Amino acid sequence: MPEILITLAIIIVKVITFTFVVVLPLVPLSVYFERRFSAIIQDRVGPNRVGIPFTLLGMKKDFHLFGLIQPIADGLKLFLKEDFTPDHVRKAFYWLAPALTVVPALITVCVIPFGPDVTLFGYTEKLVIADIDVGPLFIFAISSLTVYGITIAGWASNSKFPFIGGVRSTAQMISYEICLGLSIIPVLLYYGDLNLSNIVNEQAKNGWLLLPFWTDGKLSLPSAEAALFLIPAIIAFLIFTISIFAETNRMPFDLPECETELVGGYHTEYSSMKFAMFFMGEYAAMVIGSALIITLFLGGWSLGFGFDQAIANFSIGDFQIGGFIHIGVFLAKLIAFILFFILVRWTVPRFRYDQLMKLGWVIFFEAALINVFLAALIIAAPEFKTTIIASGSVILVAVTAAIIWVAKVSEPPAKILRA
Amino acid sequence: MSQALFWLFSTIMLIGACAVIAFRNPVSSAMAMVTSFVGLAALFIGLSAFFVGMIQILVYSGAIMVLFLFIIMLLDLKEETKRATNGAPLFAGLALVVVFFIQFIGVLGHKLPNQSAPELNKETLAAAATQFPADGKITGALNNGKLPDVHLIGHTLFTEYNLPLQILGVLLLVATVGVVVLSKKSSASENTPS
Repeated sequence: MPEILITLAIIIVKVITFTFVVVLPLVPLSVYFERRFSAIIQDRVGPNRVGIPFTLLGMKKDFHLFGLIQPIADGLKLFLKEDFTPDHVRKAFYWLAPALTVVPALITVCVIPFGPDVTLFGYTEKLVIADIDVGPLFIFAISSLTVYGITIAGWASNSKFPFIGGVRSTAQMISYEICLGLSIIPVLLYYGDLNLSNIVNEQAKNGWLLLPFWTDGKLSLPSAEAALFLIPAIIAFLIFTISIFAETNRMPFDLPECETELVGGYHTEYSSMKFAMFFMGEYAAMVIGSALIITLFLGGWSLGFGFDQAIANFSIGDFQIGGFIHIGVFLAKLIAFILFFILVRWTVPRFRYDQLMKLGWVIFFEAALINVFLAALIIAAPEFKTTIIASGSVILVAVTAAIIWVAKVSEPPAKILRA
Repeated sequence: MSQALFWLFSTIMLIGACAVIAFRNPVSSAMAMVTSFVGLAALFIGLSAFFVGMIQILVYSGAIMVLFLFIIMLLDLKEETKRATNGAPLFAGLALVVVFFIQFIGVLGHKLPNQSAPELNKETLAAAATQFPADGKITGALNNGKLPDVHLIGHTLFTEYNLPLQILGVLLLVATVGVVVLSKKSSASENTPS
């Protein structure tokens, strides 16, 4: 009896900690970062007043806390607003849609490894909720369900602009899912594994995919294969990161909700907490996307440069709690990447819809496919004769040139604008 | 535990499947179908086929049904009006059900040899490991008492079924090229001035 109860208790503690204590608070925090960082970029001040109101207690000054309480105030505002349901909507789907955007984003948390093993009270536990062997596929599969939320929201609102937003998001997210899936195949080929924990362990030991400067925990120059593999790794990283931007409807690709064209896009008809749930879904998807990029390309929880073994052995008494330091490293990387997302949002202008589709289908799709073959060639090279490698690379170059040529030829000639 | 989950997810799947034909609104039907697919994926996962389950969600729920929904919304299909029940189709449907039921009873009536699949414990997995190359990932995982379903599917596909896989790839390519040719042709004929 106690054995299964303890297992169950550990699972529930992990779910609650990682989902509701680690990831969910990151959502309002990233909203705060977004507002402060955009203010810095635009030379404004940003929200810096909300703090502890000591003046209410008769003191001279408030304690402003740099406005860190602002997300709580925002949340309270959204909770207390009137929840208005317009007359013309399709009720059941209108209520279902916000939940369909938040829930998948939070479910995907369960395969992200937040740290290595920790030992507490004699139990060794992995700091990941579900250590399954299909990690990245699980994230893609579940987050591909997010599109239903947005599409249904657009359709259920039963008015023009939300509908256009919903239709746009369907086409956009399906197109970029293909680039997303194809772009990480080189990474999976390199590690030969679909388990995210194993991938991060490997990176902690032998160098991050984009920074392979240590082997077996000691600083050293990368081997020839690892150095050559940097080329497909960097291409994969670029395609994957940009596709994540499109998949989460972030700024350069936020066509489903662009204010200048579609009022508010798919959530025009939503108010109060239902609107806030779309907002949360978007930011949660951004957090998970950043976590996935860090896990696959930038070493996940590992600090790198040969420090990981020392941290893992760090213990107080019987408790090996080095894993908690690794959680800190992971969160630091995560916040840095979220800041990068925000920086991009406030510096890059929005794409036109045909440009978006062209980027996805003509450039990324082909580049990702060629990248798969390049990675396979580099990985398989040590086992082949020189002639086979040479002919393989010639074919690869020829195919690349042919694809670029076809793309150039099939492009319609630019129309001359006349006043 | 897993028995209870099996009943839970098969109930979800069956309710979804019935709802597909019971709903009058096409969008509701599509969403019910998605529910059914998700339940099916959960059943696959219950059989330790994680990869198949995930692909089921990724391909069917995440891509194909989204496109269905897209088409339904673009065409703006109205709710199906209730048709007057016609004698002949009703009779044909009932006859099919009866035939199926008789066949079902016939199958169940046979005494099946009491065969159950071996349990996925350490011994059977380690015994299965001898069929694979000794230094591969599959052998390592099997000896550790894990079922490397992704690697096993890959191994089977690329050794036993290599030729069919290549042929399937060519077939899909032909279909893709055909779609492009057809759509290009119709849009070109529309654009030419008459």
